[in-house]
Amino acid sequence: MSQPANQFGDVPGTSPNSVALSIDGSEVTVPDGTTILEACGGKGCDIPTLCYGDTITPKNACRVCMVEVEGSRVLVPSCSRQVEADMVVHTRSERVDHARKMVLELLGSSVDLSLTEHVDDWYAEYGADPSRYGPDAATVAQPVKVDNDLYIRDYAKCILCYQCVDACGEQWQHSFVIDIAGRGFDARVSTENDVSLPDSACVYCGNCIQVCPTGALMFKSEYDMRQTGTWEPERQTTTDTICAFCGVGCNLTLHVQDNTIIKVSSPSDSPITHGNLCIKGRFGFQHAQNRPDSAG
Amino acid sequence: MDLKTRGVPPTDHERAAIDAVLGPQPERNLHDVSGGHQLRDRRHLLLPALHAVNDRVGWISQAAIDYIAERLDASPAEIYGVASFYALFSLTERPTHQIHVCIDLACRSNGGLVEADLPNGAHPSPCLGLCERAPAAYVTTAGETTLQVVAGHVTPVDIARWAGGDTPDPEPEPAAAVRQAGDESLVLLRRAGRIDPLDLDAYLADRGFAALERARQLGPQATIAAISGSGLTGRGGAGFPTGRKWDAVRTQPATPHYLVANADESEPGTFKDRVLIETDPFGLIESMCIAGHATGCEIGYVYLRGEYPRPLATLQQALDTCRRRGLLGGDTGFEITIVKGAGAYICGEETAIFNSIEGYRGEPRNKPPFPFQVGLFGQPTVVNNVETLMNVPSIILDGVQANRRLFCLSGAVVKPGIYEAQLGLTLGELIELAGGLRAGSVLQAVLLGGAAGGFAGPGDLDLVLDLESTRAAGLALGSGVVMVHDQHVDLVDQLKRIAAFFRDESCGQCVPCRVGTVRQEEAIDRLASSSDRSVDLALLSDIGQAMKDASICGLGQTAHSAIETAIVRLGVFS
Repeated sequence: MSQPANQFGDVPGTSPNSVALSIDGSEVTVPDGTTILEACGGKGCDIPTLCYGDTITPKNACRVCMVEVEGSRVLVPSCSRQVEADMVVHTRSERVDHARKMVLELLGSSVDLSLTEHVDDWYAEYGADPSRYGPDAATVAQPVKVDNDLYIRDYAKCILCYQCVDACGEQWQHSFVIDIAGRGFDARVSTENDVSLPDSACVYCGNCIQVCPTGALMFKSEYDMRQTGTWEPERQTTTDTICAFCGVGCNLTLHVQDNTIIKVSSPSDSPITHGNLCIKGRFGFQHAQNRPDSAG
Repeated sequence: MDLKTRGVPPTDHERAAIDAVLGPQPERNLHDVSGGHQLRDRRHLLLPALHAVNDRVGWISQAAIDYIAERLDASPAEIYGVASFYALFSLTERPTHQIHVCIDLACRSNGGLVEADLPNGAHPSPCLGLCERAPAAYVTTAGETTLQVVAGHVTPVDIARWAGGDTPDPEPEPAAAVRQAGDESLVLLRRAGRIDPLDLDAYLADRGFAALERARQLGPQATIAAISGSGLTGRGGAGFPTGRKWDAVRTQPATPHYLVANADESEPGTFKDRVLIETDPFGLIESMCIAGHATGCEIGYVYLRGEYPRPLATLQQALDTCRRRGLLGGDTGFEITIVKGAGAYICGEETAIFNSIEGYRGEPRNKPPFPFQVGLFGQPTVVNNVETLMNVPSIILDGVQANRRLFCLSGAVVKPGIYEAQLGLTLGELIELAGGLRAGSVLQAVLLGGAAGGFAGPGDLDLVLDLESTRAAGLALGSGVVMVHDQHVDLVDQLKRIAAFFRDESCGQCVPCRVGTVRQEEAIDRLASSSDRSVDLALLSDIGQAMKDASICGLGQTAHSAIETAIVRLGVFS
C-alpha cells in the first residue's frame, strides 16, 4: 500500500530526490544532500558535536561526531558526510565510542574546555579521562589577548574548529582578518604576524564571538565580569528586539544582568541575520541604557 | 574585502623578487578596475611569490606579505597563514646562508648528527631524500643568484665549515644512485647512466616519444585499456589501479581536467622519484603527455618537493628543450608547469597537493568528493606518483605487465641505492641485490614503506615483496622504502624520531592527528625512560587506534603504524 502524501504533496520515500538508508537498524528516508548528522536529528541529537555550528558549513576538524558506515575503511564525520542510498550507519559501536572518547580526551588534555557545553556529560558517556595523559602533557595554555575594549581572545580555550576563521572570511563577513597559522600542534588562529586587532583589518562585527563554541572569543564585558566574579548566568535574562541603528532590522538578543546589558547576540535562525551583526548592533548598545543615575 | 596593510613599502629586493613572479605592478590599480577578481584569479602564484622572496632575501617580512596581499587581493592574514605552513619559509629575519641537516631515520642511523649536536647556524631537517648518501645536508644561500645545493656523506666538520659560510662540493653523477645502471633487463631505470639525461636527441633515438605517438594512434580509451590490462597500480603508497583512476577522470563531463605528477617525495627513506627525474626527465615528460592525452588534460603540474634543487634544474631544462623542439606547449595541446613545494610532507597527500598548488594552506580535503570528481581548481583531476607515470611508456609500446617496482635501499647494506626488481622477490633477495649486509653487520630490523610503513624483523627475509603478501603480513610496500638496520641502530631512538616526524608534519587540521601525534610522542618518550610500561603501552594503542579510525587523511591514519609494528612484531619496549 502506498504511503500518504505529506502536506507538500510529496509521498515520502518515493521522490527521486530522496535517499533511503539504515541508521542503527532503522530504515530512514531523507532528501538527497542531507548529512548523516541531519538524518539523525541534527545538532542536539545523541551524536556529540564540537566544530559543528548553526550557521557555518562545518570543517569536520574536531572528529567527535564520527560514525561507522559499513564498507568504509575508516570512520566518517557525520556532520559533513552526505547520505547515500543503502548506506548502513552505526552511530554507536566500539570503534565509534573509542574515537569519540579519544577526541574528548585529546582536546580535554590540551585545551581549556571549562566553558564548552555538554563536555562533562560526554566525558561520562564515553568514559573519557583527560587526566590520564599526565601533568606534563603539552597544552595550548597561553595568556589571554586583551587588546581592545570590545572582545578578548583566550586561545587557551581554542579547539581550532575553524568557525571564527570562516565567519570572518568567506562564509560571512569577508574581512579575512584571521586565518589558521603555523602547523600541527603549533597551528593557531592568528592575524598576520600576530598583530593586535586594532592593527588588523578587524571591523568588530563580533560574528566570530557568535560562532565560537568554547568561550575562547568573548565580549570584554563578560570577560571582566567573570574576572571579578560577578558573572551570574542564573540572574541573567534575555530580551529579543530589533536593532535601531539602520533600516535592515536585524534581530538582537540583549543579555541583561542587574538591569544592564552585558552582551548582545543574534538568533542564529533569524532569516535576516543568521546570527550575524555589525559593530553597531553587536557592541553599540550603550545608548539603550543611558540612565540618569549612570555616570557619564 | 577591504584590504588593510601597513602602508610600508617592500624593499627593492623584495619588490623585484615578487614582481619577477607576478609581473610589474600595473599603473592603474586593478582592484579599482575589476573589483579584484583578476587579482584573485592569480592566487596560485602565491606559493611561487613566497619562494621568490624567501630565495632572494632569505625571509619573508611583513612588508613583503603586505605587498603580495595587494598584488593578489588576498588578506595579509591569509598569506601569513600560508607562509607559516611551510618549513622552508622564515617569517623572522635570519642569515641568508642556511644549513639544513637531515636528522631523519636513515641519516641518524648512519653516523649523522642528531638535534642536540647541531652547531650554531645549522638546523634540523626531516629526510632530504638522499638516503643512499646518508648522512645528508641541504645548504641554501639567498641572494640575487640563489644557491641551493645538497650534499651526502657529510661529517660534523663539513657542517661546521658550511655553517661558517662555505658551500658543499658538486654532487656525484645522478646515475651513481643506480647500482644496476646499464643492466639490459631494466625497464624503469633503463636510461639511467646510459644516455645523457638532458640530451633530447639521445632520448629520441632511444624510442623517446614513440609511446606518445602510439597512444595518440590508439586514442584515450584504448590507451587506458592498455594501462588497465598491465595491472599498473599507484606507486606512491596507496596502490590504487591506475587505469581505473584515469578512466574516471576521462569520463567526467566537467572541463578542464588536470593532471598532477606527485613528486613531493618526502616519506623518510624514499628517493626514487628524485633519481627518476635526475636520470630520465624526458621519460617523465612523455609519460605525462600520454596521461594528459588519455584523461583529457591540457595542463599538467609537477609538484616537486622544495629540497630537490637538482631535479628541479634538470626538469626545468628538459621542459624548455621540449618546448623549443615543439614537443610541449604551443599547438601540442599540452603544457607542464612545475610547482615547487616548500617543506611540508603533508603536501604529498593527494588533496593537500591541490590546496598547496592553488595557494592555500596545504591541508587535506575531505573525501568524498574524490579528486577525479572535484580536484585541482575544483575540476576533475588525476594525481599520479612519478614512478607510476614512468611505467606508462613501456606498457604502451611493449605491452609489458607492470610488475616491476623501485626499491629505495638504505642503511646497513653494502650498496645503498635505487633498485628495480620484479614484484615477487623476497626481502632477503632484495637485500642481496644491494650487496647484502655490511661486513660485521647483523640484521636487527627492516623498515618497509617508510615512517608510514612498518618494521619487519630478521625472521622476515622470506617475505615476498608484493602488495598482497606484505598486506597479509601486516606490512606495506608503501613508497618502496627498505631501510636496513643492523645491531648498532638504536630502535627506540628510531621510534622517537618517527613520532617526532609525524608531530612536526601534521597539518594540525583534525584533532586525532594534531593532538594524537603529540601524545604519541610523549608516551614514547616516557616508555624510553621508564620500566613501568603497561600504562603507556595501552595509551599508545588507544591513541593509534583513534588516529587510524578518525583522522582526515592518510598521514594521521598511518602515524602509528610503524610504531605499532615495532612494538608488536619486534617486541620493542617489552
